[in-house]
Amino acid sequence: MEQKVILIIIGMSLVTYLPRMLPMVLLSKVNLPPLFLKWLQFIPIAVLSALLAPAILAPQGELSIGLDNKAFIASIPCFFVAIKTRNLFLTVVVGILSMLLLQNL
Amino acid sequence: MAYDNFVIGIKKSVPVVLGYIPIGMAFGILANQQGLSIFEILLMSSMVYAGASQFIATAMIASGVNAASIIFTVFLINLRHMLMSASLSPYFRKASSLIQAIISFGLTDETYAVDITHLKESAPSASFFVGLHTVCYATWVISTVVGGMLGNMIPDPTRWGMDYALSAMFIALLCIHINDKRDVLVAVCSAAFSLLITAMSGGSWNVIISTILAATIGVSAELWNKKLFLSSSE
Repeated sequence: MEQKVILIIIGMSLVTYLPRMLPMVLLSKVNLPPLFLKWLQFIPIAVLSALLAPAILAPQGELSIGLDNKAFIASIPCFFVAIKTRNLFLTVVVGILSMLLLQNL
Repeated sequence: MAYDNFVIGIKKSVPVVLGYIPIGMAFGILANQQGLSIFEILLMSSMVYAGASQFIATAMIASGVNAASIIFTVFLINLRHMLMSASLSPYFRKASSLIQAIISFGLTDETYAVDITHLKESAPSASFFVGLHTVCYATWVISTVVGGMLGNMIPDPTRWGMDYALSAMFIALLCIHINDKRDVLVAVCSAAFSLLITAMSGGSWNVIISTILAATIGVSAELWNKKLFLSSSE
């Protein structure tokens, strides 16, 4: 076992855990200004959208909206079901089935 | 009550688990090919518990990059979690620091998405988060180790498209969160910024910068609307 790798893993764990932990522990102890709270309320939508967009519109790193982008094609029925039903489980099932279908066409 | 919430947390983990199994196994296989031992895979997954960071760090280790650069890269990739952690903080004002420290260890992009959607609909309950985070964490650690042990014996576990469960989950949760035009504006802006930044600089800064910009646009739009409303009602 290489010592260097163990050291890297320990370092990685610190720089991963601190950003996860510190804001929750510290900010929950102070009274935040209303404007900042309002700002925080937009974080979920902004985060979800920022994570999703490259995954379905640029899975290889560059923008791709065509038939060769399976993630993009599969997202169309997913969006349809999600907007219509707002049902997480159903959307995930439709997503997996669409992808399975696309992979085997 | 606590037990009920714990069970609800476990049930809500299903989409994340479906995605973590193939991606975790893919990581284990790749890490094994790139020279990490099973013990190192176990150590990394259980201590770091961050998909993108683990893939990138493993590739960097294999190509002999120095420790400081690897750790700094991982730090940049994970800065985005600060925003997620901050946005959860108003719900955890009554929880002890220890509970907060335990819950935040399990904070990933995927668990955050489920967490924040649950909080939209239900009262905050530490048991829910412990249930959800424990199952997702265990799934990740076990999948990566199994992938590492199987190595080249199995074909690419992501070829079935099961990992697409995570994208489908993000689509559903995003739609659940969108309630009005302002929300649509924030989502569209964030997506556009994210694509632009990914195209320009690869994928370590896109989430944090787009989120900050798009949330600021959301607040500005709200203030602007209020101002219009006030001036028109005069």
